[in-house]
Amino acid sequence: MRNAFIRNLTELARKDARIVLVTADMGFSVFEKFMEEFPDRAFNTGIAEQNSVGIASGLALCKKIPFVYSIAPFVTMRPFEQVRIDVCYQNLPVKLVGAGGGLTYGALGPTHHSIEDISLMRALPNMTVFCPGDPVEAELSMLEAHRIPGPAYIRLGKGGGDPIVHKTKPKFRLGKGIVLKKGKDVAIISTGNMLQTAVQASEELKKHGVDCGVVSMPVVKPIDKELIISMANEGHKILTLEEHSIIGGLGSAVAEVLAEGEAKARFARIALPDRFCSEVGSQEYLRDLYGLSVKKVVSKVIGFAGGGEPR
Amino acid sequence: MVLNRHSREIRKQVVHAVSRSNSSHIGSALSTVDVLVALYFSAMRIYPKDHKHPERDRFLLSKGHGCAALYATLSRAGFFEEEELEKFHVDGGKLPGHSTLHCAPGIEASTGSLGHGLPIGVGMALAARIDKRKYRTFVLMGDGECDEGSVWEAALFAGNAKLDNLIAIIDYNKIQSFGYTKEVLDLEPLKAKWESFGWSAIELDGHDLAALTKTLGSIPFEKGKPSLVIAHTVKGKGVSFMENRLEWHYKSPNEEQKKRALEELE
Repeated sequence: MRNAFIRNLTELARKDARIVLVTADMGFSVFEKFMEEFPDRAFNTGIAEQNSVGIASGLALCKKIPFVYSIAPFVTMRPFEQVRIDVCYQNLPVKLVGAGGGLTYGALGPTHHSIEDISLMRALPNMTVFCPGDPVEAELSMLEAHRIPGPAYIRLGKGGGDPIVHKTKPKFRLGKGIVLKKGKDVAIISTGNMLQTAVQASEELKKHGVDCGVVSMPVVKPIDKELIISMANEGHKILTLEEHSIIGGLGSAVAEVLAEGEAKARFARIALPDRFCSEVGSQEYLRDLYGLSVKKVVSKVIGFAGGGEPR
Repeated sequence: MVLNRHSREIRKQVVHAVSRSNSSHIGSALSTVDVLVALYFSAMRIYPKDHKHPERDRFLLSKGHGCAALYATLSRAGFFEEEELEKFHVDGGKLPGHSTLHCAPGIEASTGSLGHGLPIGVGMALAARIDKRKYRTFVLMGDGECDEGSVWEAALFAGNAKLDNLIAIIDYNKIQSFGYTKEVLDLEPLKAKWESFGWSAIELDGHDLAALTKTLGSIPFEKGKPSLVIAHTVKGKGVSFMENRLEWHYKSPNEEQKKRALEELE
């Protein structure tokens, strides 16, 4: 997804002279081309994220559109107050781009995991939160983030290894989910890099006689209330799926809509528990451990769709 | 001298505003007044009736809690009517206790949480460079504010980027929330620190208007380096019973104190 981002940023920057890139010493071997082409519009601040976001805000106050890049925890949490005040309070067109959302950096450990970022960014007034599900959605998120006037956070997955889920470009609109597959028994609403897992789980579930729909929710804020309510009203059993803490992410956002929408839906969240991963291992390993692998998701959905509690 | 008169009148407005709203930080506002006067009535290119003019010099009050002085200065410089100052820090008012973007013409950023102004100023200075504009960016910080790490991140960057269109001013009144800066977290040797970060630094008496206008009128101090002014000031300057007294970081003058303060400022 990162590669899709930088490719598109370079293209956009050719058309829009307001675009500048600010990185906190991240993006080695991928930003060089941008930096060569736009030497006056690319700034490496060194490993100083607070300053990165502050500088971006100053640039935005002078009519620039800065994209600030780092890995997800360091672009959202390290400079959280600069994001809150300089960017969101001032409602500036600063676009934060975080690579390595969720457990992408697996064995590097919890310092590099980003499992609270959706929750934190979602809580900020004026902020739009994009969690693209594959490189296609990453590109579309990027274009949309550029188009909207205010702050945005784009949560990316891996550098180049993310699977392409959308074979064709889906219709992408702010605050709208993307229905990949309709299902009679149950539906998974997925955000971010869990999309492929959702699709594979749905295919696997077919073998078990469960017709499971898949909805991608690449924009967590504003959330697609209309779609969620209509799914509930159609009698769907709904599960949310995210590589994020159970607190405050997609699951919470959907729960809020369902609770206040007077919709009668059976609902469950698949997410990471409220704790740091003490185990060491790759993203794949940790996903399985925490119930986010295809196999574990299938098993949860079967339990849930059958009317019992998710296992 | 005309500038002296501006300083006196602005200090009086600060006393009125803080007293009327029963708010705090009067000492922090009073220590900055002469610096503000030197900037707005001498050193800076300002366009009070066209406050978005692209060539205007930018000013950021990074120590946002001292904003009573900034509002009074902007009003006196013609950015808005004096009556607006009555809307400072009161219910249903317009001018918050930390200056906020769009709250009044001439406010360039929202500040209040310390250590934010200099990074924003660096961004503005970089934008001037991209756009090949001649405006300068001035950032006024508190001394206690220099405890914040983000100040030093920005200082390191600005020195490295040779941003000679950026000017930081430290209102060195020697007192922060808990006591003397020397005792809370000593900043010294302050000038040497900034110089070692690639800045050209000048120390002066922050209440000497002649020295301030001369210094702030000769920017950059060195070509290819950001400029730093360490303005030695007195917290509560201009009102004898507030000068160098920590309590005036918090207290608001009562009617009797207000009367005495205004008499002294006549």
